[in-house]
Amino acid sequence: MLKIENLHATVADKPILKGLSLSINAGEVHAIMGPNGAGKSTLSYVLGGRPGYEVTEGSVTFMGQDLLALEPHERAAAGLFLGFQYPVEIPGVSFVQFMRESANAQRKGRGEPPLSGGDFLKLAREKAALLKMDMEMLKRPVNVGFSGGEKKRAEMVQMGILNPSLAVLDETDSGLDIDALRVVGEGINATMRANDKAVLLITHYQRLLDYVQPDFVHVLAGGRIVRTGGPELAHELEEHGYEAVA
Amino acid sequence: MTALALPTRKDEDFRYADLAALERVWPVAIETIALAEGEQRALSMVNLGVRELVIVLAPGASLDLHVLNAGPDYGRLALRAELGTGSRFNFGAAQLAGSGQVLEVVTEVQHLGPDAVSQQTVRSVAGGGSSVNYLGKVHVAKGADGTDGSQSVRAMLLDRQSAANAKPELEIHADDVKCAHGCAVGELDKQALFYLAQRGLPPEAAKKLMLQAFVAEAFVGAADEEALQAQALAALEALL
Repeated sequence: MLKIENLHATVADKPILKGLSLSINAGEVHAIMGPNGAGKSTLSYVLGGRPGYEVTEGSVTFMGQDLLALEPHERAAAGLFLGFQYPVEIPGVSFVQFMRESANAQRKGRGEPPLSGGDFLKLAREKAALLKMDMEMLKRPVNVGFSGGEKKRAEMVQMGILNPSLAVLDETDSGLDIDALRVVGEGINATMRANDKAVLLITHYQRLLDYVQPDFVHVLAGGRIVRTGGPELAHELEEHGYEAVA
Repeated sequence: MTALALPTRKDEDFRYADLAALERVWPVAIETIALAEGEQRALSMVNLGVRELVIVLAPGASLDLHVLNAGPDYGRLALRAELGTGSRFNFGAAQLAGSGQVLEVVTEVQHLGPDAVSQQTVRSVAGGGSSVNYLGKVHVAKGADGTDGSQSVRAMLLDRQSAANAKPELEIHADDVKCAHGCAVGELDKQALFYLAQRGLPPEAAKKLMLQAFVAEAFVGAADEEALQAQALAALEALL
């Protein structure tokens, strides 16, 4: 589904990713762990196409397409979803309006008919319930006045509504209490655990991986993957730290 | 009586005006809107051209005035409001300018008696080398204690060729008053634009969504809020 080869990227002319390679097949969950400043968030932004994150070398193929040649909104329509570490507040724009326009823009990009107002609300209600989120909150402006945990749950509601093929979730577990962590973990499983989907979890901690069991765990350090293993690698990291393991 | 001379750049209220366009409609007739004691009224004006209003609010009167200034040519609304004791003036204006256009709002709100409330909310969007202006004065007369006057002025520039001029002014001759003013000129938040794009919105749709929310702040409380928003949206679509 996703094939990253020898990816080099700079931010403000500073090299951050230095030869990162990673392959993710449909049906798999991968976790990337690594110390602060290793390039984890940069990887997610490069995949999303954020302006200012410049690819200087390497390639990224997503479902047979050259991902790097697509605009950010085209990447979304192709089935890529980024869960933001810091979801952005957008005053004045209601969550429901934002999601309906986004979902329909994606559908249009894929040549599908738009969702009617009623169908959309039904879908939104179902996904909000999955994340135990009050529908009233979704009538409010996007992320405005949401707590850290509510923002992360709202990200997962968005993921449920948009139904992507690949979700790259950047520290979705940060800012969550124990109960919310379980709800979010179950939400990820319900939306993304399928033979034709894949997940790339970026995290610092083992705890989310207790709910969303990864098939592969990678250690990112100095802008490249330095070690890959199974779920046991995450436990090893938790116990001994990055320096001892990588 | 001799005709009024065409203003020049030296006239403070016309320093950013489109004088060539003004000359075509000069002189401008003054329209008076007078509310009797305790009277309440809500007015909306859309694509107004060049207008000059004198608003007189008797004690306890209340006027809601909402303006969408997006007309195809030069648009200028100049108003002087005289507020009597305990009266209320709520003014909201959105200006949406494109292709070299000049749109402006010039206000002078006079608190003549105590305990009057005035609120001005102006939201402007400028693209295509246009300019949007707000010159606004709040004058609090001697003895007009208990005045509450606020000005909230924000402008969004869509490109580096466009300009926004804002000059909020306060002139206070009473002791016990509350006068707030805020003024900001900026661009659309790039982080928010990327967030919207990552959810699938093409750049124009993302900008439209954000600008729509920005402009809507000028129409809060209008009797025909939805109609104004729909017309503003159509004007925004033409800008992007």
